[in-house]
Amino acid sequence: MNVPDDLKYAESHEWIRVDGDTGIVGITDHAQNELTDIVYVDPPKVGASVTAGQPAAVVESVKAASDIYAPVDGEVIEVNDALGSEPALVNTAPYENGWLFKVRLANPSQLDALKSPDEYRAQIS
Amino acid sequence: MTTEPRRTFLYDQQKALGARCINFGGWDMPVQFTSIIDEHQAVRTTCGVFDISHMGEVFVSGPRAFDWLQHILANDLAKCPVGAGQYTFLLNERGGVIDDLIVYRMADDNFLLLVNAAKIDEDVAWLLKHASDGVTVDNRSDTMSALAVQGPEAARIFREVFQTEMPARNTFIAMEKCRGAVIAAGTGYTGENGFELFFANSLAGDIWAAILKAGAKPCGLGARDTLRLEMCYPLNGSDLSPDRTPLEAGLGIFVALDKPDFIGRAALLSQKESGLPTKLVALRMTEKSPPPRAHYPVLFDGRPVGETTSGVLSPSLGEGIAMAYLPPALAKPGQAVHIDIRGRHFAAVVEKKPFYRPSSARPA
Repeated sequence: MNVPDDLKYAESHEWIRVDGDTGIVGITDHAQNELTDIVYVDPPKVGASVTAGQPAAVVESVKAASDIYAPVDGEVIEVNDALGSEPALVNTAPYENGWLFKVRLANPSQLDALKSPDEYRAQIS
Repeated sequence: MTTEPRRTFLYDQQKALGARCINFGGWDMPVQFTSIIDEHQAVRTTCGVFDISHMGEVFVSGPRAFDWLQHILANDLAKCPVGAGQYTFLLNERGGVIDDLIVYRMADDNFLLLVNAAKIDEDVAWLLKHASDGVTVDNRSDTMSALAVQGPEAARIFREVFQTEMPARNTFIAMEKCRGAVIAAGTGYTGENGFELFFANSLAGDIWAAILKAGAKPCGLGARDTLRLEMCYPLNGSDLSPDRTPLEAGLGIFVALDKPDFIGRAALLSQKESGLPTKLVALRMTEKSPPPRAHYPVLFDGRPVGETTSGVLSPSLGEGIAMAYLPPALAKPGQAVHIDIRGRHFAAVVEKKPFYRPSSARPA
């Protein structure tokens, strides 16, 4: 499974790509592979506050609806509208066009609590 | 009670093929191999094979077996000759569904009941509770395995594996010397042409391998669920329950109210007399929405009028489909309702059953 080196990871299989005071959030290659056949994505609302470890979005595969947890606290500033018509992007490009939402970090020190690529690789191995 | 999930005799072969397993009715069963959508399409366009060894095989035999089963089961066994299978119900005294099953008539006085995995113990306890002289109940679920092979190419695969013709719909053949003693039935849970096989556990590996070699795609319970829901086939525990009757479920044609008596008959007659409290309907989403799933509230005029019993995004239709018990006044094709999905209300319509008509299905 692909685990890019430039991201931080949550134990619940989300990734965050940090750029200054914002971060882009998605689910990992491992998570999309486990879910398979993603058919619907319910993103958070732009402007909503999300809390680390709390559900922020829902990703639905054919077999189940799965909560996606915010890796950090913050305000949602953008969601990936492309997933509305093409939810399978989460399967085919989980780290690129299949991203879920962008958040303005409320507390950047929370990033330290997330896993490094090596720690996440160890978790899923 | 054991809490460790059980495994079928094909568990290792299926894991080797990449099966992802879930607990279903106390069994560790493949939910999918590659993708539920791929497996679903394989059954609709070519052929898929499902391990259904978790299901129960209960033999009922003896000089009084026929009369006794006529009292225990809701459908009319007189219409099930030797060599045929019949969909029927085990009902409680309230007319509620304990289990739905297929009874295969092996001989005048010998019947095979194919029952749901999660209900084996309850069904057998119910049968034994009503035990009678001249009737033997023999639960062989632990010693038998079973496969369902379904799809337009099933007939070809049957010929290739067994060198004979596939049994016609709702009939079966008992093959004594073909890969061992195998019962092959023209039944299934997908709506497609196909067959189901019942045999001793020791034959499982060989028959599974032969069917894969002939070209069937291994399929899991995920596709089994999407396929059966497109056909509006009920799943016991979801769409059927001890508190709902087959009349409410729209399955009255499998209940022989004209039989002299059977367990639940009085309750069904009285329900028919007083009017059904609910009816199980097929619902299709009419606007873009998350896939409907079980236990979502169904709304009419903003008020809850029922809840979904099953729901899925139909791979064949590309639309959300569900079933729900609704008040009879709303149980009419074309009736508009809403389904509450995580607090948002999405438009749906009552549809005529089934949602999908397979191209390969033979007339019943």
